[in-house]
Amino acid sequence: MADTPRVTFALTEEQEMLRQTTRQFLEDRVSPTVVRELMETETGFDAALWQSGAELGWHSLAIPEEYGGAGYTFAELSVVLEEMGRALFPGPFLSTVVMAANAIVLGGRDSQKKELLPGIAMGESMMTMALFEGPQGATTDDIRMTAAQDGEAWILDGVKKNVLFGHVAGTIVTAARTPNGLSLFLVPADTGGLNAEHVPTLDATRKQANLTFSGVRLGPEALLGNEGTAGPVIDRVLRLASVALSLEQVGGAQWCLETSVEHGQTRFQFGRAIGSFQAIKHRLADMLVSVEHAKSTAYHAARIVDDTDELLVAAPLAKSVCSEAYLRAASDTIQILGGTGFTWEHDTHLYLKRAKSTSLMFGGVRHQRRLLAEALGL
Amino acid sequence: MTDTIAAEKAEALVTGKIDELLSGYDPSMDPQEFWGRQYDLGLAWVQYPEGFGGLGVSPKYQSIVQRRIEAAGAPTWNRQINLLGIGMGAGVISAHGTAEQMRKWLRPMFTTEDMWCQLFSEPGAGSDLANLSAKAVRDGDEWIVNGQKVWTTLAHIAKWGMLPVRTDPDVPKHKGITYFIVDMEADGVDVRPLYQITGEAEFNEVFFDDVRIPDEYRLDDVGAGWRVSMTTLMNERVAIGSRSLPRGSGSIKDAIRAWREYEHDDPALRDELTRLWAEWEALRLTVERANQMRKAGIPGPEGSTGKLAWADLNKAITAFSVELMGWDGTLYPGGYELHRPTEFEDSGSPQRNFLRARANSIEGGTSEIMRNILGERVLGLPGEPRVDKDLPWKEVPRG
Repeated sequence: MADTPRVTFALTEEQEMLRQTTRQFLEDRVSPTVVRELMETETGFDAALWQSGAELGWHSLAIPEEYGGAGYTFAELSVVLEEMGRALFPGPFLSTVVMAANAIVLGGRDSQKKELLPGIAMGESMMTMALFEGPQGATTDDIRMTAAQDGEAWILDGVKKNVLFGHVAGTIVTAARTPNGLSLFLVPADTGGLNAEHVPTLDATRKQANLTFSGVRLGPEALLGNEGTAGPVIDRVLRLASVALSLEQVGGAQWCLETSVEHGQTRFQFGRAIGSFQAIKHRLADMLVSVEHAKSTAYHAARIVDDTDELLVAAPLAKSVCSEAYLRAASDTIQILGGTGFTWEHDTHLYLKRAKSTSLMFGGVRHQRRLLAEALGL
Repeated sequence: MTDTIAAEKAEALVTGKIDELLSGYDPSMDPQEFWGRQYDLGLAWVQYPEGFGGLGVSPKYQSIVQRRIEAAGAPTWNRQINLLGIGMGAGVISAHGTAEQMRKWLRPMFTTEDMWCQLFSEPGAGSDLANLSAKAVRDGDEWIVNGQKVWTTLAHIAKWGMLPVRTDPDVPKHKGITYFIVDMEADGVDVRPLYQITGEAEFNEVFFDDVRIPDEYRLDDVGAGWRVSMTTLMNERVAIGSRSLPRGSGSIKDAIRAWREYEHDDPALRDELTRLWAEWEALRLTVERANQMRKAGIPGPEGSTGKLAWADLNKAITAFSVELMGWDGTLYPGGYELHRPTEFEDSGSPQRNFLRARANSIEGGTSEIMRNILGERVLGLPGEPRVDKDLPWKEVPRG
């Protein structure tokens, strides 16, 4: 095996400032009360909040300058994603900024990039990707929907399940089999024959819809890039989305750790703070270890996304390690908080639901380890 | 600006000394002679003062020294040979010793002419080290030591030992300890091998019977021994937890070798192997991150988790390697011939490594104690109530 790429873990001054302003903004504007209000709506986002995020530059960070972006890297975006995970940020950020934007950057024609990316960078567009059709969807092999050719036009028929914010997005980037392989199509939400049905989610802060395509007719301009070339684009987007979720998971797991520690310091039973009992203290020490390990894998992955070989290792590594760390941190937090942790009123269940649902997205922990084993030749 | 100039000057000073060291290097040279020259040029520990193996510059320049010496193919394994001296003893002597003591002990330690050992644990003082009962009584300019130490690595070849003993039983346990350096060749020191579950005796029992130690071998003040011991233990735990390794090396390498050698294809075993690989890589990245942050002067909690994580994971991986071997895993190549190694043996057969790893969560601070430390010092949780804290040591129940 080639030498493992070494990354610099410390944040640059600029990244540190971004972290501070992002956290401050999220604390001011995305309190648990706000999260809960949006959670109870069907659309799950707030237009003013979405726009403010864009004004802070979050949406444009990793979009190239020539297409209206700020031209930074995934490392900067990763700082925002971690903070969003900590705050349970609600809205189609992952589906728009991480998934659709990268699909367009990687697969789009120059004219499509010019047309679509500035809108994302400025916070005018909400997008998503409609990829999978069944509960185990995780790789391009799982994409079965076909697009039939009718002269210059393409006709899409089928159902796409579990589309993140699929009922909210203005443009859906969907995948279908075409004569020369796998292709991506840009489908405006108001296209005839497209129906989006919101479905309730385990994690109500991240909405989903099932999309039905009934003879959806698209012009040739709807094809993203060239026909039959979408496979590698989708592969890469899935890996970037996995890394993005790992960072969210790290932010959420750190919240769980801090919440449990504070409870251990302030909750008294048997005349002592319960954190003085080794039964609690040792559980928290183990949580600290697993959260620190999760951070290392997520930070590493965020810094090597441009190294395509290493990403094959780093993305499933981060996704599997961070998923397990977050789930364990959230479950243990409920245990340490006792009855309180099981109440609707306490925020921990929101983190547990995030933990479980993000661990399943784009392939669960065992799927990630299969990818990792493949990359390692095991 | 002045900082930049100072940094440039320091780097020029260090590289100049390295050039001087390497220009005089000849592959046929006795390694001890090379290490002596390295010490005299101030390249042993660059952060120490001149005359004590250092140049009085930032410790970050030491990595340049190591890299250049390695690149030149010159010897660098003195730290491995004399781990307890160079890895722990040097830090303690420089933090708590006098100039005279540094002059006496550091150079022969660095050259490995004098090997070192650490005489901490006792039959009645393991995790509760401060409960130690080996004692020293003052007699003019000397101290007379009696008692027993145990789990002493390499005591049978060491010239010097780091020895905390009780000098005042009438005060609470932490306050009555004094720290000495003992000559292991002195009359009354009896070193006996302690065979462990692998059949090796890396460790020893050491008995002290009216051993005389001159007062100038005392490190720091009378009664300050607990503080000095803590410096030693922190150095030890950082040393264990911050070893940086290439990806896929260490015990996971044995597991992957066994996976391939036995041509396994079972998905459940593959998942378990991959899980262990991922955990090991997460640990490796954490050590790398911690080392970077420590060097950058912004150490965080990631720097304290290594010892605990490594111990538990190494145990799991070495056990899994043997599992992959099937019936072969039930054999013990070479048998259990009791023997006494003369240096650290890092690896052997997977079966031997499996057995040896059982000690990882005991040596250098048990995993239970490490969890207490993480909980209390890193996370800020309250300590356990302690019944012995304010009692005079001699009134504390023990057994």
